[in-house]
Amino acid sequence: MTTTLPAYDEVVARFEPVIGLETHVELGTNTKMFCGCPTDFGGEPNTRVCPVCLGLPGSLPVANKAAIEAIIRIGLALNCSIAEWCRFARKNYFYPDMPKNFQISQYDEPICVDGYLDVEVGGETVRIEIERVHLEEDTGKTLHVGGATGRIHGATESLVDYNRAGIPLVEIVTKPITGTGALAPEVAKAYVAELRDVIRTLGVSDVRMEEGSLRCDVNTSLNLPGAEWGTRTETKNVNSLRSVERAVRSEMLRQASVLDVGGRITQETRHFHEDTGDTTPGRSKETATDYRYFPEPDLVPIAPDPAWVAELKAALPELPRVHRRRLQEQWGLSDLDMQSVLNAGAVELIEATVAAGTTPAAARKWWLGELSRRANESGVELAEIGATPAQVAELQGLVDAGKLNDKMARTVLEGVVDGEGSPTEIMTSRGLEVVSDTGALTAAVDEAIAANPAIADKIRSGKVAAVGALVGAVMKTTRGQADAKTLRELILQRLGVQG
Amino acid sequence: MSEMTGMSDFTRMTATEIASLVAGGETSAVEVTQAHLDRIAAVDDRVHAFLHVDTEGALAAARAVDERRAAGEVLGPLAGVPVAVKDVLATRGVPTTVGSKILEGWRPPYDATIVQRLREAGTVMLGKTNMDEFAMGSSTEYSAYGPTHNPWDLSRIPGGSGGGSAAALAAYEAPLAIGSDTGGSIRQPGAVTGTVGAKPTYGGTSRYGLVAFSSSLDTPGPCARNVLDAALLHQVIGGHDPMDSTSIPQPVPDVVAAARLGATGDLTGVRLGIVSEFVGEGAEPGVMAAFRESVDALTKMGADVVEVSCPTFAYALPAYYLIAPSECSSNLARFDGVRFGLRVGDDGNRSLEEVMSLTREAGFGPEVKRRIMIGTYALSSGYYDAYYGQAQKVRTLITRDFNAAFERVDALISPTTPSVAFPMGARTADPYQMYLADLYTIPTNLYGGPGISVPCGLSEGLPVGLQVMAPTMADDRMYRVAAALESAVGTFTPPAL
Ligand SMILES: [Zn+2]
Repeated sequence: MTTTLPAYDEVVARFEPVIGLETHVELGTNTKMFCGCPTDFGGEPNTRVCPVCLGLPGSLPVANKAAIEAIIRIGLALNCSIAEWCRFARKNYFYPDMPKNFQISQYDEPICVDGYLDVEVGGETVRIEIERVHLEEDTGKTLHVGGATGRIHGATESLVDYNRAGIPLVEIVTKPITGTGALAPEVAKAYVAELRDVIRTLGVSDVRMEEGSLRCDVNTSLNLPGAEWGTRTETKNVNSLRSVERAVRSEMLRQASVLDVGGRITQETRHFHEDTGDTTPGRSKETATDYRYFPEPDLVPIAPDPAWVAELKAALPELPRVHRRRLQEQWGLSDLDMQSVLNAGAVELIEATVAAGTTPAAARKWWLGELSRRANESGVELAEIGATPAQVAELQGLVDAGKLNDKMARTVLEGVVDGEGSPTEIMTSRGLEVVSDTGALTAAVDEAIAANPAIADKIRSGKVAAVGALVGAVMKTTRGQADAKTLRELILQRLGVQG
Repeated sequence: MSEMTGMSDFTRMTATEIASLVAGGETSAVEVTQAHLDRIAAVDDRVHAFLHVDTEGALAAARAVDERRAAGEVLGPLAGVPVAVKDVLATRGVPTTVGSKILEGWRPPYDATIVQRLREAGTVMLGKTNMDEFAMGSSTEYSAYGPTHNPWDLSRIPGGSGGGSAAALAAYEAPLAIGSDTGGSIRQPGAVTGTVGAKPTYGGTSRYGLVAFSSSLDTPGPCARNVLDAALLHQVIGGHDPMDSTSIPQPVPDVVAAARLGATGDLTGVRLGIVSEFVGEGAEPGVMAAFRESVDALTKMGADVVEVSCPTFAYALPAYYLIAPSECSSNLARFDGVRFGLRVGDDGNRSLEEVMSLTREAGFGPEVKRRIMIGTYALSSGYYDAYYGQAQKVRTLITRDFNAAFERVDALISPTTPSVAFPMGARTADPYQMYLADLYTIPTNLYGGPGISVPCGLSEGLPVGLQVMAPTMADDRMYRVAAALESAVGTFTPPAL
């Protein structure tokens, strides 16, 4: 189907978007949710398994207390109420990567409810209401070999790795987010970013979208102003912050194009494609799966002691929003400047660079300047650009020591981003160092004076401004490795002129 | 020589006697085990109590006990005693089928907690006993591997689902057995084979490794030919297990002491309540006669017997037949041919979904399918509240009736089952008639308390059982009453096979 998509501005002028996000976070507990198997990433297939997480007949789950503690801390950080009594539930459906053909999850009795998370978008605070936060077990991974689609149908062989099966998974569901208008995609992204930062601050997950330890499903619908909410679609496979924004935007455009020609939105799951930036339909939800939820009879109810919950609440670390406000003060930034740091996803990077000994101004200059530009060009997150705070600090150290000038430092930074090594290594390997050997420099200066007698005379006669031409000439012969200021002084000195 | 045979017929001995002979070095565990293996070889083609006899494993375990004794180790109270284990419990390396084709050939890579405790106690596992497929049935006729026959009359059923364990005891193939009771699967077979079967408090025995039928009801427990042996076995297998979240973190009440106390025949001050609803028209006259005589015996021993009405027990059967199938529909979902057991139709052309479907179609018997379908329906959205939800409310009401009753009496009594062993084939065509066999045992499962069936007499030459029901974690009370009754009426020996 080739439809011309309407312009985004037009779409948001005519429609109101409603979005909602369901985020799954794999907890970084040492062991799985219901057994003692390790949760470390990357083991050989089916080496992190036991009768319980393989769902062998007779095996029984036992809830991991560390996971319960982690979710309660997440709930508290998201301003949720913590249930005094709740149960796990079975979600029944057949799928080969689910060992028991049911998932232990939570249904009508989630452990955390009714919270919120404030996020900053365009200088404004948007309060995202959290409906629920619940605990469940992850599934294994199926690989369908052969066949054209990579799906169950048509595959000649299906291989299942159960290492991931049973890893504790926290699902965080927002209430429908309305009234964000044109900002909806940005709000979605800001929410996921803020949520990720909160969870990372709590230290309960490494929240890496690219490794799937943070996964996001985005619900989107459009309605005419004043009308009822439209039919929503659920977009899956949204694997980066940037994709969250793109997925919402693309789905808004697609839905508008359907509605514009009098079409009807199908309630369905759609898959986001990183490469094209658009979504394609997955399994239709018109015939909704009946998961036949019922309370998990193999587990006792969770009844966290209120005193323990209070203790966990008191011990929460400084949350990102508060932390950022403190940093803004320390760095002496205006709201606008801080916003651009936030937008660039550079808070932690700058913080770490400063911690490594760089001034806030210099750290901000590198991350928001050169590195942000490179990140935008190659369409990756700033944090994934390939340069680390330690490397940026090292680079600035070389500048401060007078070993690199600004232009050379940029070149070295490119080398860092391209993975050539540390700034010092690149400086050496590329032969980029400020020429500070006065002997060599003096020779170059004398050579330039001899080659440009007319200019030398001008300078001698008091037209000091003409020194620029000689500086340029020396720079040329030294391939820019001289420090311009030092060079200028040296030329004047050789000509016997006061600078 | 014939005298010697009589003296050393280990198969007729109680577990207590065997353990004492082994501990005293008067015989070896190997001799005892061999005697039982010989007995199995002699009679089991007619009884079919066993699905798998682990000859080598049993002899090896027996040798280990003998070696430990020779090394001067102090052995546990059941060391060297053979045990038959219902095929519902996972046994490492030993076939575990749950009476179903869908698990044919499966050898679990792990032991159920109870099996592990049996091994640690030095008991000798003879093999795995027959059962209704997935413990769904009351006659063992729904086993995918053919029925078990009642040693009292081979043309009759041995009860179910644990007919294999009960028949193994009655046929002197084993002195002890393990069963599992979801709606009466230990007690009802006990009653119709003239043996003792105890369902412990739910959570008093670990379910880890018990292939689940209905998680909130399944309770593994001991089977024996006398009350003290059952108590000794209960003591060995019971107690908290961290692998089972629903396991109660408290020690097992002293059931052995209670059984010994009961055996003195004194029940002075013990208040017993006859469940009025279970002594009406539903039970066979012969069953009622034996029951009434037992009540007289209990009274004579000093018990204060009254009638107690538990009106909600009438709703136990329908509630059970919603809760158990609902849980089973989910528990049995894992049998899909992907990871273990039977796989049908995997010819390289069929999709994974088709293979799962064909496997389940071929692997499950009709009763299992019936219950999966009932349960799937009962849990469906739009029906959940009316069926599963409502059944859970009934469960709460039944618990209230029990609690109210236990304020008035120490234990409740009733016949274990409305009839004696019925002829094979008599009820297979009528599921409802089959379900009625568990009418008196089901309330206890819904409540979660303990219940025991003890032989109390004969009706037309067939055994009748009396059930004692106690409050949760008061398992000792039922053992005391059961042992007292046993001391009055004795044990019952079936005709020679
Ligand atoms: Zn595991």
